[in-house]
Amino acid sequence: MPGRGVTASALVLGAPISFWGGVDPGSGRIADVRHPEHGESIAGRVLFLPGTIGSSSASAVLLELVHNGNAPAALVLDEPDAILLLGLVVAREMGLEAPLALRLPQPRHHAFAGRIVRISEDGRLENAGG
Amino acid sequence: MSFSLTAEESAIAAGDDGAAIAMRIVAEAARLMGAPRLIPIRSAHIDGALYHGDSGTLFAERLVEGGARVAVRSTLNVGALDLTGCSRVRLGGREREMARRMMDAYRRLGCEPTWTCAPYQAGHRPAFGTDVAWGESNAVVFCNSVLGARTNRYGDFLDIACAISGRAPDYGLHRPENRAATAVFDVSGLPAEFLASEIAWPVLGSLYGREIGTAVGVVKGVAAHPGEDALKAFGAAAASSGAVGLFHVAGVTPEAPDLETALAGTQPAATIRVTPEMARIARARLSTAEKPDRIDAVAIGSPHLSPAEFDLLERAIAGRRLAVPLYACTGRHVLTELEKTGRRKTLEAAGVVLVADTCVVVTPILPAIEGAVLMTNSGKFAHYAPGNTGYAVIYGSLRECVESAMLGKVMLTESLS
Repeated sequence: MPGRGVTASALVLGAPISFWGGVDPGSGRIADVRHPEHGESIAGRVLFLPGTIGSSSASAVLLELVHNGNAPAALVLDEPDAILLLGLVVAREMGLEAPLALRLPQPRHHAFAGRIVRISEDGRLENAGG
Repeated sequence: MSFSLTAEESAIAAGDDGAAIAMRIVAEAARLMGAPRLIPIRSAHIDGALYHGDSGTLFAERLVEGGARVAVRSTLNVGALDLTGCSRVRLGGREREMARRMMDAYRRLGCEPTWTCAPYQAGHRPAFGTDVAWGESNAVVFCNSVLGARTNRYGDFLDIACAISGRAPDYGLHRPENRAATAVFDVSGLPAEFLASEIAWPVLGSLYGREIGTAVGVVKGVAAHPGEDALKAFGAAAASSGAVGLFHVAGVTPEAPDLETALAGTQPAATIRVTPEMARIARARLSTAEKPDRIDAVAIGSPHLSPAEFDLLERAIAGRRLAVPLYACTGRHVLTELEKTGRRKTLEAAGVVLVADTCVVVTPILPAIEGAVLMTNSGKFAHYAPGNTGYAVIYGSLRECVESAMLGKVMLTESLS
């Protein structure tokens, strides 16, 4: 899904996450105490998702994060997730600037852990240091 | 597989009104899901009117301002407020205001203010084989499994967008080839007296959801129709512990006159033979509190209680007075009946707190008590209460729940054989 190019720090998740109940829709902090990245914030990060689980309200949580400015800078998904991405579709319909989302197989995610990542408007992903 | 809209759909999507927004959302969802086209739907059940944050309210109001109306019969799932005033919701000023605006917006879109997670017991029963777009996990699974209508698990935004456009993406459970069972859940090894008990269905549902996950399964070994409320409890528990959208019960549900038909003549990819030990562990897993010295409340009615379930509750109370509050969640369709017959007064005098239009795990109704314990007979409440309310949970039958509420402490009388 298209969006503006970004340069931001990567957050590579070690396990799938349920946005509803797993991410605080107010702050973007990972609220699921059983998640390996519990306590990290997804706000403004390039978020690498190995998968999503759980509720169909994930789209509502992602829309709320875009609305309050605490959405990730970009989403990198192992598999396209229609329910999550619908949050971005609705954000655009509401005239909000939604982050871009692109697909990258999960085994290639860890190369970006802890780095600064640059994503161009046409979806090219590269390490930019860090 | 390429995706295309008809000329009429394209023309609607090209507009700048609420109908255009809805059509674009449905079309984009279809593209993301790999559906080749949109299909017409006959009804919708909307789960999107539960307040999670201001953006959801603003989205619904955007549709209202754009002149959107639902094109098909659309019932509403629970909201975050009890508009009947039966129970008090502890939501703060701004949140309460935004939650109310959200509920208003969905009504102005033409949705029926049913505010229930059991629309199928409030007169909304789509015909066998018809395509619909339903949201809320228990409603979806009941609609598919017990009514034999066809829906996917439609989430927030997509449910109302389908209702306005009158269309849904053609994929998943709308397609007959995806409705056949690929797994068998064999309960014939369980004692008949357990299968005839009330707790069998929520307990087995929660086990089924964990074992079957997203697949379509067929339950084998059920001798007689267990009744609609039992199937309701099974589906709700299964859809809480797994991503279940459709189950069959051989000899009971409409697409499973027998096991072979449910499997569409193919060999199952998996067979789960449920043992009494598996059922015992599944029941134990529904409780999170260990031997608490008291309970603070009982909650029943997830999914919302039917009139028949109120009959059972009254029989269990038998004119006595409860020591701790028993929250009985239901829809206004049942509340109206209870009021007409004077039963509401009697129930409330016994210590029952009626909750309508909403329920105790989606909005703050239970009092905030440190280390509190909730008892329930609902597999779904047992699943969600610890995370959503902070209460630890003890699972028991309706009779055990009522007897425990009489004493304010756990009374488990029906052991699992």
